[in-house]
Amino acid sequence: MKIRLILAVWACKLGVFASRLLGKKGTSMPGQLAFKICPQVLSLLSRQVKKDIIVVCGTNGKTTTNNLLAAFLRSRGHRVVCNSLGANMLWGVCCAFAESCGLTGRLRADYACLEVDEASCLKVFRHLKPTTMVVTNLFQDQLDRYGEVNLTADLLRRALELSPDTRLLLNGDDPLVAQFGEKTDRTCYYVGVDEAVSDSGEKSGDSQFCVFCGEKLQYDYRHYSQLGSFRCPGCGFARRTLDFRVHNVDTSAGLRFCVEHQGAVTDFAVDYRGFYNIYNIVLSYGAAVLSCGEVPAYQAVLSGYRPQIGRMESFDIGKPVILNLAKNPAGFNQAIATVADDPREKDLLLAVNDHESDGMDISWLWDVDFEGLRSAGVRKLVITGIRADDLALRLKHAGYPEAEQVKCYDLRQAAEALTSGDGAVCYALVNYTVVFKMQTILKELEGEKKHGA
Amino acid sequence: MERKKLVIGHLFPDLLNMYSDGGNIITLKNRLLWRDFEVEIREFEKDDVIDFSVLDFVFLGGGSDREQLLACENLKKQQLALKEYIESDGVLLAVCGGYPLLGRSCPLMEEMHEGLSLMDIHTEAGEERVIGNVVISTDITGEEMPVVGFENHSGKTYIGACRPFGRVRYGHGNNSEDGTCGAVYKNVVGTYLHGPLLPKNPRLADELLARALRRKYGEDLSLSPLHDAAEEAAQDYIIKRFLQD
Repeated sequence: MKIRLILAVWACKLGVFASRLLGKKGTSMPGQLAFKICPQVLSLLSRQVKKDIIVVCGTNGKTTTNNLLAAFLRSRGHRVVCNSLGANMLWGVCCAFAESCGLTGRLRADYACLEVDEASCLKVFRHLKPTTMVVTNLFQDQLDRYGEVNLTADLLRRALELSPDTRLLLNGDDPLVAQFGEKTDRTCYYVGVDEAVSDSGEKSGDSQFCVFCGEKLQYDYRHYSQLGSFRCPGCGFARRTLDFRVHNVDTSAGLRFCVEHQGAVTDFAVDYRGFYNIYNIVLSYGAAVLSCGEVPAYQAVLSGYRPQIGRMESFDIGKPVILNLAKNPAGFNQAIATVADDPREKDLLLAVNDHESDGMDISWLWDVDFEGLRSAGVRKLVITGIRADDLALRLKHAGYPEAEQVKCYDLRQAAEALTSGDGAVCYALVNYTVVFKMQTILKELEGEKKHGA
Repeated sequence: MERKKLVIGHLFPDLLNMYSDGGNIITLKNRLLWRDFEVEIREFEKDDVIDFSVLDFVFLGGGSDREQLLACENLKKQQLALKEYIESDGVLLAVCGGYPLLGRSCPLMEEMHEGLSLMDIHTEAGEERVIGNVVISTDITGEEMPVVGFENHSGKTYIGACRPFGRVRYGHGNNSEDGTCGAVYKNVVGTYLHGPLLPKNPRLADELLARALRRKYGEDLSLSPLHDAAEEAAQDYIIKRFLQD
């Protein structure tokens, strides 16, 4: 057994190293190989974690939430296993463990912070039982891959049945997520924004109906999509008392807000935008509190944290150029709201690809509130990506005639068109497979600008 | 002179909008407004009683099985009124899961249910879900033209005494067997091509609008041509990508 484990760890390490040499971030092949050599590899490695295993899942915000938590734990001197690059299926989780352990298969780790794809939770939980599971939100995403959002919820429910002692830290504002805290003896904690911030008036694509009785949900106020202070007139299912209660939210420049937990109030401020980031921050803070008890100076962790690839990532190309991943209607609508919130005049690039990992069905473009862009102070609109034609047509119907759009099939040309505009700031909202390519291009442009090219 | 107007009934958008079916309503509305017609969109909720006699266009989208069942149960209560609308040449477009509901029987929540029996089709549960882009050829306007879309369904639909909407050139269509896609009966068009079908198929949108205008105003209104370059580019992209390799 021991030999098999060691071989599996070596295979994983070598495979990851080799694919890095080839300039890739592949974890699927080495992970599969490791499991072939030693089917218990993940359970044997995860068992060696000294303190907690925390799993983060949900449609949007997994990576940010998980990486913030890992950054905090590391800042306290703990050793942490973390799949920080977002390889969040079974193989990626396995590789994260293998990479953190020695050549003898011994893992020296205090915590494991793992983001896990919703559809992979069931597989992962067969091998490890998390201490805490964090669920950020559930939105319609990649219907050709996940099916409708209720199926995703069912998968998570089945995964949780495998791990009855796992405590839950839930987004209490999301009825689809809050359902996991009902009808169970499990310990559950809720995070939510306890005041009306701005009702964008955008309609919810998903979950307007109670998951328990089918009645239409009512809201005191709604933050975005189905998130808000909800209650069901039919069966009484409603937002629970918030254990981490966000209030005094100010989104006018960056984000400022207060979090109340057990009577104590902590202030938070970050210099990036996006209302949805409040949930990522408070969920990571909540998970830190659950694992460590007192969490002083969390703000220092936030200030030192660099958002990862394409999460409101900023480049300096003579002016700020902000790259943001937007891969489903909820994400896109939040990104558009963030662009609209920025008072500066701006130029905007939109890009949609339809590779398998993006989702081949791009019907969802018609659920995005692109109509809201008309009042967002956008000067130049650049359209790109494999499905630029579909995006251009969608924008035409949203009030941007073709004459007001710049359509470029080439990403580099599109980026140049964006940054050569007159706006004081540029935004690039792109979906999954564009984000890595666009980051490379923007880095190149940043370098060329710096060296006076 | 009073502007001509169409009233479009969107059935249960809060139940049936799984694949962004609202794109069809946006397209119908804009193609009327761009030509200076008046348009009114009426959205109906699941318990509403619908007065079909004031509607010129009815749109039915797709949802999850549970939601489709709720929609089907509601419509059964007003089956006669809907039947009358259809028999009097009312225009109805049903996409995705809304399409099999129009037939004699359809499987929902792993059980066979009686459908609305508005057209002679029936649907059986298929073993496999078929998912992907689709290109068909249809003669609904009197001449052959392509229609493109995306399908994601496991039901297999077979057509009886009504015409197929088109022939599959790429993809699966009604049942992956007989090469048909969708069904047409009078001014009813049903198809598995889901979500935003009309944006990329402007000639289909115009054909349905022209039929609704003809029914309401009794004269043969020719719709003025629009500048459809964006529409054609988006359609051509799918045709080139999936038919020519």
